[in-house]
Amino acid sequence: MGMKELTLDAVTDNITKVTEFVDEQLEELGCPMKAQMQIDIAIDELFSNIAHYAYNPEVGPATVRVEVAEDPMAVVVTFVDHGVQYDPLAKEDPDTTLSAEERSIGGLGIYMVKKSMDDITYEYKDGQNILKIKKNL
Amino acid sequence: MNINKTVDQAVMNIALEGRLDTTTAPQLDAELKDLQGIQELVFDFEKLEYISSAGLRVLLAAQKVMNKQGSMVVRHANESIMEVFEVTGFIDILTVE
Repeated sequence: MGMKELTLDAVTDNITKVTEFVDEQLEELGCPMKAQMQIDIAIDELFSNIAHYAYNPEVGPATVRVEVAEDPMAVVVTFVDHGVQYDPLAKEDPDTTLSAEERSIGGLGIYMVKKSMDDITYEYKDGQNILKIKKNL
Repeated sequence: MNINKTVDQAVMNIALEGRLDTTTAPQLDAELKDLQGIQELVFDFEKLEYISSAGLRVLLAAQKVMNKQGSMVVRHANESIMEVFEVTGFIDILTVE
């Protein structure tokens, strides 16, 4: 499989489309179900972040790219937008020991992605937020 | 996602099917708007595939309400949902059976 990418409006209504697009590539690769679910959750967290913050209150485009890396075999999903510069990895990890009353949900999504992926990187380049997640197969 | 909700006096049962994520969490949120008089809230996750932080947000809000007026329990969560509960510490906030 080569590189495949999809560009569409960064709105939460498009998360399903992005998930279907990525799942199609993953199925072609014979990606294990568990890894696919973790990637699907990551898409929900990352694409909704972009939809909520990158161009708010306007709407702008985001590109989602799926590639395969070898040695070890891995899937790399890249999210690109040219909205407000924002590094989700700069945020401190949430305190997961707090009680229900003390809890807020902020930062939990990105934390789940960090824990379930084998690698996650962010860079801001040429006016673009480039967020990459990697899952070993 | 499908939501199957039944209310029998002070007991509300909610069975979810599909994915609880950014797209579907508002549906569940709407179903949980009126918890007045409910003393026992039971979630059946047997047919739920996975949950993202948008879903956790709704569960946390429901737990906070039920802490004040009764109890809440989550049943039949699959392995990947249990992993999410463990990683996020929700395993200590929720009652998971």
